[in-house]
Amino acid sequence: MTDILTLLDATLRLSTPLLLACLAGLFSERAGIFDIGLEGKMLVAAFLSAAFAAMTGNVWIGLLAGIGGSLILSAIHGLASITFRGNQLISGVAINFLASGITVLMAQAWFQQGGRTPSLTGNGRFDAITLPFANALAGVPVIGPIYSEVISGQTILVYVALAFVPLSWWVLFQTRFGLRLRAVGENPAAVDTAGVSVVGLRFAAVAICGVLCGVAGAYLSTGLQAGFVKEMTAGRGYIALAALIFAKWRPWYALYACLLFGFLQAFALRPDLIERWLHFKVQTQLLDVMPYILTIIILAGFVGKAIPPRAGGEPYVKER
Amino acid sequence: MTDTPAIELVGISKAFGPVQANKDISIRVMHGTIHGIIGENGAGKSTLMSILYGFYKADAGEIFINGQKTQIPDSQAAISAGIGMVFQHFKLVENFTVLENVVLGAEDGWRLGPSLSKARRQLKQLADDYDLNVDPDARIEDIGVGMQQRVEILKALYRDANILILDEPTGVLTPAEADQLFRILERLKEEGKTIILITHKLREIMEITDTVSVMRRGQMTATVKTSETSPPELAELMVGRKVLLRVDKKPAAPGKSVLEVKDLRVVDVKGVQRLRGVSFEVRAGEILGIAGVAGNGQSELLEVLGGYEKGTGTILLNGEPLDLTGAASDGQTRRARGIAHVPEDRQHEGLIMNFTAWENVALGYHNDPKYQTNALFMNNAALRADTEAKMKRFDVRPPDPSLAAKNFSGGNQQKIVLAREIERNPDLLLIGQPTRGVDIGAIEFIHQQIVALRDQGKAILLVSVELDEIMSLSDRIAVMFDGRIMGERLPAETNAGELGLLMAGVAGEAA
Repeated sequence: MTDILTLLDATLRLSTPLLLACLAGLFSERAGIFDIGLEGKMLVAAFLSAAFAAMTGNVWIGLLAGIGGSLILSAIHGLASITFRGNQLISGVAINFLASGITVLMAQAWFQQGGRTPSLTGNGRFDAITLPFANALAGVPVIGPIYSEVISGQTILVYVALAFVPLSWWVLFQTRFGLRLRAVGENPAAVDTAGVSVVGLRFAAVAICGVLCGVAGAYLSTGLQAGFVKEMTAGRGYIALAALIFAKWRPWYALYACLLFGFLQAFALRPDLIERWLHFKVQTQLLDVMPYILTIIILAGFVGKAIPPRAGGEPYVKER
Repeated sequence: MTDTPAIELVGISKAFGPVQANKDISIRVMHGTIHGIIGENGAGKSTLMSILYGFYKADAGEIFINGQKTQIPDSQAAISAGIGMVFQHFKLVENFTVLENVVLGAEDGWRLGPSLSKARRQLKQLADDYDLNVDPDARIEDIGVGMQQRVEILKALYRDANILILDEPTGVLTPAEADQLFRILERLKEEGKTIILITHKLREIMEITDTVSVMRRGQMTATVKTSETSPPELAELMVGRKVLLRVDKKPAAPGKSVLEVKDLRVVDVKGVQRLRGVSFEVRAGEILGIAGVAGNGQSELLEVLGGYEKGTGTILLNGEPLDLTGAASDGQTRRARGIAHVPEDRQHEGLIMNFTAWENVALGYHNDPKYQTNALFMNNAALRADTEAKMKRFDVRPPDPSLAAKNFSGGNQQKIVLAREIERNPDLLLIGQPTRGVDIGAIEFIHQQIVALRDQGKAILLVSVELDEIMSLSDRIAVMFDGRIMGERLPAETNAGELGLLMAGVAGEAA
C-alpha cells in the first residue's frame, strides 16, 4: 500500500512538468505554430529560476525569471515563424541548441560549479503544501491515504499545473479568444477575412506557451529538484509533444497522457517494486527507456488517428 | 433606390511588382442591383474586389461607399462599411459548426455562450427572411459545397452587409445548386441588397445581372446594361477580338471500337468505392463526354485508364485487354499502347511547374530515342528544338522552351500539355477539364485541336465539369454520379436540365 502511494506521489510530481509543457504546446499548436522548442524553453527557465532563486534566496523571483527567459525564446520563435514566416521546425531546433549551450555557459560563468547552480535550500525552493483536512482524512479508507499522501503535500506548481487543465479547456472552448485561437490554427484565412489579426492571435498563443514552459522549467529546478544541472529537462519537451499528439490536442486528454508518462517515469525510479511484485529483476535501463519507447510508438501513429490543426506548421501568407 | 451609387471606385490602380493588375479603374455600382464583372483569368477582377474588401491596398484611387469617401485599409473596415465578400475558395473553418463560423470575428463579448445563442436566433431570422436554411449545428466538413456557400452568405448578412461581393460563385456548384444560388441572389436584391458578381461565364452574366462591367488586362473596357448587350459582344470586349463561342464541327463518323470498358471498379485507400461498375465504349473518330459534378468518380476513371490507379474489371484497347493491377498497369505501358493523357490537374499531374517547357515536354516520353544522344545522355538540343516546334504549332505564347512552366498563363500551360500528348499520335486521348482556368481565346483553340484530333479518326474520352463544354464538344454524353454512369445521351437529343438531373443522381430511363 505504501509502495503504491509513493509511486502515485512520484507519478504526480513527474507528470507536472510534462503537463505544463504539454499545455504550452497545446496553445501554440492549436494556433497553428508547431513548437519543437518546448525543451529549450523549459531548460532556460529551469536555469534562470534556479540561478535567481539561488542569488536572491526567493523562489518567486526565480519563477518570474524563468518565465521571463522562456518568454524571450517564445518571442524569438514568434518573430522567426510568424513575422518572418520561417520554418517552425528549424526555429524550434535552433532554440533548443541555443538553450542547451547558453544555460551551461551562463551557469559556469555565474557560479563556477561545472555548469550547475548551487543547491537550493529554504525559500529558494517551493515547499510542499499540506492541503486542508489532509491529516483529518488520513484515516478514511482508500480515499484518505490518497488524499493525504498523494494529492496533499505537493508544491504549489503541481496544483497550478492541474488547475491549468480545466482553465485551458475553458479558455479554448468557452471564450471568444479560444474560438479565434482554434480557428487560426485551422484556417487563418477565415480569421483574416473576418477582420481579426492572424499575427496578433498567433503571438498571443506563443506567449501563453512561453509562460507555461517557464512554469514547467521553474518547477523542474525549484520544485522537483533543488537546483539546475546540465540538460536537466532530459527530453521532457519532446515527451510533452508526444503526449500532445496522444491527447489529440485536448486539455483533459493531455492530463491523462501526461499522467501515463509520469507513471512510467516514476516506475523507472523503483526497479525494486517490480522485482518484489513480479519476482524477477528488470534492468533499470529498460525501465528508464520506457517513456521514450512509448513516445516513439505514439509518434509512429500506433494510437489511432490524431488529426493535427490543419494550418499547423504553415506560415500564413495572404493568397493572391 | 437613390441616385447615389452604393459603391463608386475612382481611378483605382494596383501593381504587383512589374505586373499592373489594375490600371486606373473607375466603376459605379447602383443600389439594389446585381452588377456583373466579367473578364478573363488574370484580367484583374479579383484584385479589384480584394482592394474593395481591404485585402490589398490600392496604389492610387478612391473608394466611395454611399457617396462617402471611405478608407478601407483592412477587412474589418470593409465589414464596418457594410461590405461582405464570398470568396471563390471559401474561408470557413472545416471542423467548426456553421454557427461557430458565422460568429467567428463578430462575437458579442469575450464569452462564447451568449454570442452563440444570439447568433442562433439571428440565423433563424435570416433563414426566414432570405430562404437561407442551414443547420446551425452541422460541421462545415459534413455539408456540401452549396451549403457551405450559404454559410458564407450568412456570414456576410450576419455582419449586416448591404453590399455582397461574390467571386466566381458557381465554379463549384451543380447546375441545380447554381440555380438555387441565383434565386437567393434575386431574393437579396428584392430586399434591397447590392450584389457584385464576378465571373467569367457569359451565361451567368446574361441570366442574372442588371449591369455588366468588362475587364481586360487590368483595365475596365466597358460598362453596359445587360439587357442591351449580347454574349458575342461581351466575349469580344473581354478578349479584344471576335471569338467563336460555338464549336464548329462536322458530324462524327465513328469507326471501330477503340476503348471498351466493362464493369470497372475502383476502391480507394480509405476503402471507399469510387467506381461502382462502369461500362462504356469509345469508338475511333468520336468524342465521348463524361459529365458530372467533380468528385463522382471521373478522376478515378481517368487515373485507372491512364495507369496510375488500380482497378478491377475489363478494359479493352483495340480489342486487347489492359493489365489493371499487375506490373504492366503503369503510365509508361499505357502510353506505349497508344493512350495519351491530358490530366485534370495540369499544375500537379500534367506539368512540373518549376521545370522549363522543354523539360516538361520530355515528361513521360524521356525514353523516346529521338531525345537520346546515346545510352547515357539525353539530347537536350533536339528536345529543345522539338519543344520549340511544338510551341509554334500550338501557338504557345511566349514560344520560349526555356521558360519555367509556372511562368505561362493557364491557357498556355494547357497548350504545352496538349502539344506533348496529341503529337504522340495516340489511338485514344484521355482529356480531363481541358479548359479549367483557361481564358476564352485559348478555349477556342483547345476545342479546335480536340475536334481536329477526332476528325483524324482518334477516340477521345473527355471529362469535364463544364456542362457547356461537354454539350458542345461531345458526340455522345455519359453522365456520372457516385461512381456509376447514370445514362448516355446524344447532345442533340438532350438539354442541360435533363443532364443536370442525371448529374444530381436522379435516374432517367436506362440509356
